[in-house]
Amino acid sequence: MAKEMEIKMSKIKTETFNKAKKLDLVENHAARIEAKGIKVWYDDFNAIKGINMEIKPNTVTAFIGPSGCGKSTFLRLFNRMNDYVEGFRMEGKIKINGENVYKNNVNVEELRKEVGMVFQKPNPFPKSIFENVAYGLKIQGIKDKKFINERVEKALRQADLWEEVKDNLKKSALALSGGQQQRLCIARTLAVEPSIILMDEPTSALDPISTAKIEDLIFSLKEKYTVIIVTHNMQQASRISDYTAFFYIGDLIEFDKTKKIFTNPAEKQTENYITGRFG
Amino acid sequence: MNSIQKNRLKDQLFKIWGIACTLIGLVLLAVFIGDILIDGLRRIDWSFITNLPSRKAEKSGIYTALMGSIWILLLTTIVAFPLGVAAGVYLEEYAKKNRFSALLEINISNLAGVPSIIYGLLGLEVFVRIMGLGASVLAGALTLSLLILPIIIVATREAIKAVPQSIRDASYALGASKWQTIRNQILPASGGGILTGVILALSRAVGETAPLIVVGALAYVPFAPSNPLDEFSVLPIQIFNWISRPQHGFIENAAAAIIILLLITFVMNGIAVYFRNKWQKKWK
Repeated sequence: MAKEMEIKMSKIKTETFNKAKKLDLVENHAARIEAKGIKVWYDDFNAIKGINMEIKPNTVTAFIGPSGCGKSTFLRLFNRMNDYVEGFRMEGKIKINGENVYKNNVNVEELRKEVGMVFQKPNPFPKSIFENVAYGLKIQGIKDKKFINERVEKALRQADLWEEVKDNLKKSALALSGGQQQRLCIARTLAVEPSIILMDEPTSALDPISTAKIEDLIFSLKEKYTVIIVTHNMQQASRISDYTAFFYIGDLIEFDKTKKIFTNPAEKQTENYITGRFG
Repeated sequence: MNSIQKNRLKDQLFKIWGIACTLIGLVLLAVFIGDILIDGLRRIDWSFITNLPSRKAEKSGIYTALMGSIWILLLTTIVAFPLGVAAGVYLEEYAKKNRFSALLEINISNLAGVPSIIYGLLGLEVFVRIMGLGASVLAGALTLSLLILPIIIVATREAIKAVPQSIRDASYALGASKWQTIRNQILPASGGGILTGVILALSRAVGETAPLIVVGALAYVPFAPSNPLDEFSVLPIQIFNWISRPQHGFIENAAAAIIILLLITFVMNGIAVYFRNKWQKKWK
């Protein structure tokens, strides 16, 4: 019995050690975000009706709310992914480390290197695993092979995928399982060393085991990054986030510490939603 | 007969009808090819391909016409491929979706349906007369380029449309510019489809006769073209010319030339199908 305990303890120890080592690979990048007086329209449709929010560095913030409440739209403001949507129009300011990202002279490509994004459905490029992770570096014009190799390995280690793929880096990314593909997409985002990571329902297309792995990953990422995640899964929000924002029809109803939102919400609407009475 | 049996009977009848309809096309093609093979296969040998045209049927060859067709094919590819693909990429990726682009779109589809002889008249006026190219291979190739441009544009747009939006999103989200996304993701992913469209368009161009006659391609040229401004003939015109002669020997020649022309288009279509299959596999 005692022996078993000992083995178990040593296992936990090495695991913690590995995790610590993995995270030591990168410096703390996390950025602070402020949103002020945000209003968004798609043609005549008023998708966001005036939201203010402040997100602290090194936290995980969950956006929850029923479909069509504007949480994904709001998330995509931070890396200006709405810019290509026909009929998109906005008011207000999004400041990242004090800089308004909707200022006229902002370089959108530079911004997106700072603000990475992981999508709902795993969307690896139809290329090799290596090429997927290296893509963000290559489009920056980086040619130094050694540097790229190091970054790719680092990113795959951070995303907890290295051990599974290190012998098959040349294999097509499309041959990976759904969960592995999503971790590859996370690795691809980490490779350009952003300061903020946006996740739009990253586990909604995955099985429970893959989901658990990604949740672990998100939890560990906040030590170096600021993470914002849109989720329809209440348990997920309560498990991994420090702050939770509840959106409803284009308004931010409540934004507080996750613990407070899930145990003692200030608004009746929030309580109804998280207890599953509507939405 | 109850209703289930009735339905089964209808099902069977429709199936037979469908098979019959499918067979009509196939049988006609088989009869045609068989007839041509019987008439022309004997005539095909190396000298038929390398001989110049002659007044004597048995001494005549398709060398000048074949070379003319190859010149036309190469020049048309050089002109139409970059123009068509660039226009397709622009319309799909850059052009704002508004009334003007909708109008443009409808007109391009309409252009694909304009009779080829009209393109011939356009080519005659613009390339042969105004630009002063004369009845040259270049004028012919430019005319055929116009003819197949709409087909290439439409094929390019369809191929680009088939690339999932999620791939674009992923590329942009990593900080790629529009051109980087097109260059590194969209074109490689849609390349097979684009290539298929281009090859099919070219195999149409190689069989075109009417516009080239209008532009001034000759039924008889003593030499193969040696530069883009030389006069030329092409296989379909050579065939047309031989078929209109009374002597039996020339009919045989025409059949043999048709076999060569069919072979060229079949090979081109085969390559197109190969690319399409290879490309589809990549996405599954």
